[in-house]
Amino acid sequence: MKSVNVRNMEIAFGETRVLKDVCFDVEPGECFGLVGESGSGKSTVLRCLSLLLSVWGGEVKIGGTSVRDMATPERCRTLQMVFQDPYGSLHPRHSVRTTLSESLIVNRLDNHQERMEQVLTDVGLPIDFLDRYPHQLSGGQRQRVAIARALILEPDVLLLDEPTSALDVSVQAEILNLLARLRAEKGFTYIMVSHDLAVVDHMCERFAVMQAGRIVEILPREAIPGNGATDPYARELIGASLEYERAV
Amino acid sequence: MTMTDASQRPARETVKRVPQSLIALRNILTFLLKSPTSAFGLLVLAVLLSGAALAPLLATHDPYAQDLQSALQAPSMAHFFGTDELGRDIYSRILYGSRITLTFITLVSVIVGPIGLLVGTVAGYFGGRIDTVLMRITDIFLSFPSLILSLAFVAALGPSLNNAIIAISLTAWPPIARLARAETLTFRSADYIAAARLQGASSGRIIWRSIVPMCLPSVLIRLTLNMATVILTAAGLGFLGLGAQPPLPEWGAMIATGRRYMIDSWWTVTFPGLAILCVSLAFNLLGDGLRDALDPKQMNRR
Repeated sequence: MKSVNVRNMEIAFGETRVLKDVCFDVEPGECFGLVGESGSGKSTVLRCLSLLLSVWGGEVKIGGTSVRDMATPERCRTLQMVFQDPYGSLHPRHSVRTTLSESLIVNRLDNHQERMEQVLTDVGLPIDFLDRYPHQLSGGQRQRVAIARALILEPDVLLLDEPTSALDVSVQAEILNLLARLRAEKGFTYIMVSHDLAVVDHMCERFAVMQAGRIVEILPREAIPGNGATDPYARELIGASLEYERAV
Repeated sequence: MTMTDASQRPARETVKRVPQSLIALRNILTFLLKSPTSAFGLLVLAVLLSGAALAPLLATHDPYAQDLQSALQAPSMAHFFGTDELGRDIYSRILYGSRITLTFITLVSVIVGPIGLLVGTVAGYFGGRIDTVLMRITDIFLSFPSLILSLAFVAALGPSLNNAIIAISLTAWPPIARLARAETLTFRSADYIAAARLQGASSGRIIWRSIVPMCLPSVLIRLTLNMATVILTAAGLGFLGLGAQPPLPEWGAMIATGRRYMIDSWWTVTFPGLAILCVSLAFNLLGDGLRDALDPKQMNRR
């Protein structure tokens, strides 16, 4: 289990400053949520963290080591990401076997067959799915494969970029339960982006509310039901979400 | 129990995975055969291939044997397509000429496809300065008319079949590169590329394993459509005396020499011309058919 410390993360695309001085700490084994409206920079935080975007200011430490100081293989085995859209995150011409073995080959791991079978069992898919192609899988199954791909390198930190928002409600629950079970079994640290406070309430111990590239407040899960936020924007966001739930 | 499981599995995989590509190939073939135009393309291609392979069996005469006694004879049972000014059997020459044509298009495609793919995917994936440099080079090659550029190359290197192949390859790769770059640009920000980067794959590996398979169908289609142009350019170079040299039975060169006797002996140019027409038409139709067969939107049905 490793902690994640983000200090003064900043990034600008041209003139627009997308992230401004983002700081937060995630305890080892914690699930930390990032919520906010569209365009508030939630996903950008994850992309910076994983060095998918490399030109940004500030520092990120995972388990005490800066991500920039890690060699690529070490970084890959420390943090992995699950993307929002399971339809776009699996290569359409790669079978599940190719998708999973690619990680193992690149990182020079052995026992491919055992590892692939293990990880498929972990995410609750039958082993004969190895020879299927993405178009032969449902959305929930695809997302399980995407999670399996993230798990196969046995990372310490999993970045979840709205892992359920592209899925049906019943499938959402399945995937969330799967993620919760995996965390309990393997002790991952999660950083989860979501715009659904119900999901955050279900999964995360603490969460940060983001607005226009800034973290306005960091709250514990317990603040959701009674709307215990002090910042006006966070109050408004939680209030709106509670009202929506009541209306549904 | 688990031991037998693990030892049996690899054997089953190899049995299972080879047919996967064969099934895809069969599906594409049946799709092509369904539409009459691409079926015609396939048919002509099959005739061309078998003609080239079985030329010694099918030919009635030696394509190089001169017989001045029977020069410029009209088509008859002895000479299906007549004879040329040196008494050589045109039917046999066309059969042997199909070998030259096939060599031509295969070599040009084999040279042009990888170069175009490489330049296009590298430019598209890296973007920025690399993209600018590679694309400006491509632009320079594109801004010349291809026949004129091939003429210049052949003039510099000396007329021969191999030089004609090199010259045509040099002018045929830029459209492929542009196409591959355009395709790459649409995939490079996809999540599965980001995922591959997070898996620790190097840029070369991402290009080869993730991007090239996505570009391949459209590049293949483009190559097939290109073959028609290549055949025409090769015939053009041959006609101008800059491609295959006599006595090689190259179709373009046959038209060039037959031109002088065209008025009295129509068969000297008609049959090589028809051969060029049929084959380039066939490749065009086949390319069109392939475009429908390999359309990514229809891939899901297979």
